[in-house]
Amino acid sequence: MITEIAPAPERVAAEPARPHHRRRAWDEVPRWQIYLPLSVYLLFTLIPFYWILLFALRPAGSTSLVPWPMTFDHFQKVWTERSFGTYFANSVYVGIATLLLTTVVALAGGYALARFDFRLKRGFMLALLCSQFVPGALLLVPLFQIFAELKMINSLGSVIIAETVFQLPLSMILISGFIRNVPYSLEEAAWVDGCGRLTAFRIVVLPLLRPGLIAVGSFAFVHAWNHFLFALMFLSDQGKQTIPVGLNTLMSADSVDLGALAAGGIVAAVPVVVVFAFIQKWLITGFSAGAVKG
Amino acid sequence: MAQAAAVAKPPAPPRRRRASATPRRLPYLLIAPAALLMLGFIAYPVISVFYYSLQNYNPTKPWRNGYAGFDNFVHAFTEDPQFWQTLTFSAKWVVVEVGLQLLFGLALALIVNQTFVGRGLGRALVFSPWAVSGVLTSAIWVLLYNSQTGITRYLADLGIGSYGTSWLSDTSTVFPAAVVADLWRGVPFFAILILADLQSVSKDLYEAAEVDGASRLKQFWHITLPHLKDAIVLSTLLRMVWEFNNVDLLYTLTGGGPAGETTTLPLYIANTSVDAHNFGYASALTTVAFAILLFCSIVYLRLSKFGGETK
Repeated sequence: MITEIAPAPERVAAEPARPHHRRRAWDEVPRWQIYLPLSVYLLFTLIPFYWILLFALRPAGSTSLVPWPMTFDHFQKVWTERSFGTYFANSVYVGIATLLLTTVVALAGGYALARFDFRLKRGFMLALLCSQFVPGALLLVPLFQIFAELKMINSLGSVIIAETVFQLPLSMILISGFIRNVPYSLEEAAWVDGCGRLTAFRIVVLPLLRPGLIAVGSFAFVHAWNHFLFALMFLSDQGKQTIPVGLNTLMSADSVDLGALAAGGIVAAVPVVVVFAFIQKWLITGFSAGAVKG
Repeated sequence: MAQAAAVAKPPAPPRRRRASATPRRLPYLLIAPAALLMLGFIAYPVISVFYYSLQNYNPTKPWRNGYAGFDNFVHAFTEDPQFWQTLTFSAKWVVVEVGLQLLFGLALALIVNQTFVGRGLGRALVFSPWAVSGVLTSAIWVLLYNSQTGITRYLADLGIGSYGTSWLSDTSTVFPAAVVADLWRGVPFFAILILADLQSVSKDLYEAAEVDGASRLKQFWHITLPHLKDAIVLSTLLRMVWEFNNVDLLYTLTGGGPAGETTTLPLYIANTSVDAHNFGYASALTTVAFAILLFCSIVYLRLSKFGGETK
């Protein structure tokens, strides 16, 4: 059932070409019934993307509907004057640290859940599932107090921990699913060959987990990159803030600089797009591996 | 994955090795980091919320701090119109959003599940807003909705509506405007999940139905929909919880305004605690929100038959 939660976008793309016993041509859905609604929906999807590009690339005050003459002034402004350069570095730091911490901790826990039966296992699984329903947004105040106690307010560490904690449950459930897909006998064979459990895991299991780990890690990164509330609450120092907080600052200004906002938005989107483009082929295998269990 | 827990093998068999000499403690060591993090940063905060819900606690008015019993709850339910207003708005927001997302997501999934030229690209484009963050979604729609150079200006050029219209600051248009912005990002979520589930419908069923002369609508009603039922129920519940909790979009797009028109319960809680420093009362409201979510969780766990699958 967990697979229902798993964002499994491209799994379907991996399906083999449906061969011969497809429906006969005369019974196929009329083409216009596909292309017409699809085009309408595509307009709805793509106009907003075009709109932000338009604003980012056309000069301030222009009302042209094509970004011409093209200017990169907005990007320069947002990067230096509005400190998006700093925000970008902070976001990258938070994203990568969250990715590493989430993956390592979830890998350990996921292995335990996949390979052992232990007394607290069911309780632990239940806690993992229930934690899906605990919203970070409602825990802001106690979390703030905890981080204040730990003297971590205004340090990126607080955001990294908070993002990791709320990423962990799902990551762990997914990873344990991936590990279950690796036959236990492979590990046992490695033990027989004289490997310790850790070595066997490293040599036999870890390489097979790579697609799944990349999928889980990239989601942790993207989530930490996109998430806003923790950074807003725990980081008051301007030099410590992240990209979403910077965007919010641009939006809540008295007179919004639309060009800068659009450029900032694109700066925020680029890493996500790059990550997805780069990992797409891993996502297909990664999530289909996790989803097989259905 | 539901049945997968049953596959878990017992601990290392007798021919164990040095490294696996402590299999009894090993799983606990392995889950310890995760368990500690979750205890410290989820369980403890939850408990402290329960504790403070029974307290008057406001750092700016320390002389009033102390045990309050159920005063906070009584206040919420009997004396605070804003609580009811935000709760009602939350319900309306969740039902409208999830309903429309499901409807459009289902339609979209059925369309891109067909075989047609350009399907791969079509899917990629249609699903793309899914990875966009709430804040970025807000930024995009602020650009679209702004009164000077937004979409209304160009509509006015065409003679539709009037110049200077700002959908986000008008109480009569802010709700649909926010709904559309969130739909833009939310529909792909359902479309992706439903499309994934559509892949496992047996082709034979359709063929048999066709032999029997069932129309496409009948096939959808009697084959596709029953097959999708579980996926739809679960993703709808998850999305409801998510939409209830999510404050990114409304916080940045409307700020809960105009005039508190789009303040959800979680936004109200955030304002109560962050701006008004009324931690005790905010905690009580959080507890109420938890109770609502707990109800959803129980329904969710029931429906997903959790606990039925292990052994």
